Amino acid sequence: MADKEAQTVTAGAAATTDNDKIQAMLKYDKIDYQTVELTGEIILPTEPVDKCFAHIKPQLLTDKKLLANLGYPTDGLVDNWKEVFLRKMDEMLKKYKSVRVFMDICVKCGACADKCPYYIGTGDANNMPMARQELMRKVYRRYFTVPGQLFGNWMVKGEELSLELLNMWYTYFYQCSECRRCSVFCPYGIDTAEVTMAAREILNSVGLVQKYLHQIINNAQTMGNNLGMQKNAVINALEFVESDLQEETGIDNIRIPIDEEGAEILFVTPSADFFASPHIESLYGYAKVFHQAGISWTMSTYASEGGNFGLFIHNYEHMKKINKRIWQAAKDLKVKRVVGGECGHMWRILSSYSNTMWGPFDWLDQRYPIPEHICEFTLNLLKRGALKIDKSANDEFIVTMHDSCQIARGMEMGGTEYGQFEIPRAVIRYVCDKFQDMPEDTIRERTFCCGAGQGLLGDDMLPTRVKGAIPRMQAYTAAKQAHGVNFIALICAICKAQLSKMFPTYGYPMEEVGGIHQLVGRAIVLGAKEGV
Amino acid sequence: MRSIEVSGKQIELDEDGYMTNLGEWSKDVAEFLAKEDSLVLTEAHWEVINFLRSYYEQYQIAPMIKILVKEIKKTMGADKGNTKYLYQLFPDGPAKQACRYAGLPKPTGCV
Repeated sequence: MADKEAQTVTAGAAATTDNDKIQAMLKYDKIDYQTVELTGEIILPTEPVDKCFAHIKPQLLTDKKLLANLGYPTDGLVDNWKEVFLRKMDEMLKKYKSVRVFMDICVKCGACADKCPYYIGTGDANNMPMARQELMRKVYRRYFTVPGQLFGNWMVKGEELSLELLNMWYTYFYQCSECRRCSVFCPYGIDTAEVTMAAREILNSVGLVQKYLHQIINNAQTMGNNLGMQKNAVINALEFVESDLQEETGIDNIRIPIDEEGAEILFVTPSADFFASPHIESLYGYAKVFHQAGISWTMSTYASEGGNFGLFIHNYEHMKKINKRIWQAAKDLKVKRVVGGECGHMWRILSSYSNTMWGPFDWLDQRYPIPEHICEFTLNLLKRGALKIDKSANDEFIVTMHDSCQIARGMEMGGTEYGQFEIPRAVIRYVCDKFQDMPEDTIRERTFCCGAGQGLLGDDMLPTRVKGAIPRMQAYTAAKQAHGVNFIALICAICKAQLSKMFPTYGYPMEEVGGIHQLVGRAIVLGAKEGV
Repeated sequence: MRSIEVSGKQIELDEDGYMTNLGEWSKDVAEFLAKEDSLVLTEAHWEVINFLRSYYEQYQIAPMIKILVKEIKKTMGADKGNTKYLYQLFPDGPAKQACRYAGLPKPTGCV
């Protein structure tokens, strides 16, 4: 009997490759999500549970053509995956010095532990930021430190590469939205996002490529936008908005200019802004602002996307390629300024990365910020009295603001300290009478992720999204209970998509979610040109 | 991935229930998928599905919801030309559920 069993196991093992085994471990199952009761209080887990959310994994990309386009293995896990893994990790550690420093300096103080929205939401111990980092750190100690190399795991508490470790990596580096909240609380400033980004690129190199995120990178590179809209679709959508605007306002020269050479401003924004709701309401707002300001502007069918998912996987080649479209379009259209719409990581990349990738931008008008955020642009006009505003158009709203993580914990806005918090709030106050912030520890630099950032917005990640949204939903509930808040204003397309799905999931109307320029658009009185 | 049998033909669906080969679409497939969600397709549903298909043919993507709303308003009257009505027809959201029945790929992006 024992012999027979052994034979069966051997025969089975011979027929099963590492790729077959990992595909079985990562097999996607549609799993129902579970909400919690909204009380207005963020309850921290008392007892972390090991691997209670280990069954939630995003779908793998299997389209060979697409994988080949992106330069990743096309047949799942490569045969020599351990070698490829370590080579890629070595490259990451050398290329991104920050990642190497983060591997070395953690003292396990635990300050980050209860700061992650996914840990708070799931209670899974592996979602504590230090545990997430530890998934990479134990490989680092084993293979990239001298004691680990000489004496092995027992000396450094390391771990050998195994399929189970790959499974853990794929699972938990895709339960991190790279929101960087934990880094605000880390006394050493360790940024888990950088670790997650590097880990995802290592997974890509061995052939474990997440579907949602990489489909979009491919769309952006080949079609110029995340949605994969071809040129005639972009034009059709923008022309529709233009004619709808003219119909709605009765003003026949309000426009959405497309590919107009010689315009003063190139405006880039997420493709969701001319496709999805509530995003599109902000597009109406932007157009009204430009119209009223009397400044010529244009959108581009070549750079029809502000977002850039290349950032999410620490792959400069992808990020650079996507980013280049914006500067190429600016050059081709001979504009003087580049203004960015409501998109979180777009702003972080445009303001923090563009210059080193494709700068210097000495061919643009140096009197204006390069790039300029639409909130900054609108606020300047409001301050000068160049826009006539009727706040009563927003009387039905008591507004709060969700700081999107890539902006809040990005660099800056408007060249002023804390501009990324103050400028959007100032715009809201100009167009709405009633504004109330959510609790202090859930906004500004300590803001909570919407629960779906950086590649977690796919439907396959719904269970994680519903849990990751809990802190934000509780904070909104607290503001609702205390002040009757009934509208959450945002400047990020991912946050808009996530929250307009989470609100009904948690029992609030989806109409309570919208962009800041949606509010601006409602309040602008068109035609009047006082004070310009 | 799974496949369904409709009118004697095997139709392959992806993990989210969207058709992998759009050329295999037929009205029967739409009826079959709707039935799985306990939905009976009425004339109003078909207006939406047919419009989605003709728009897709021209632009290789589903129309934005506002374009859909305006079209429905035009063909079915002002009282029906709103998002709320579309959600009544397709409770999981017109963009995703209606696209699925119409044999269109799932829109992806920050949507």
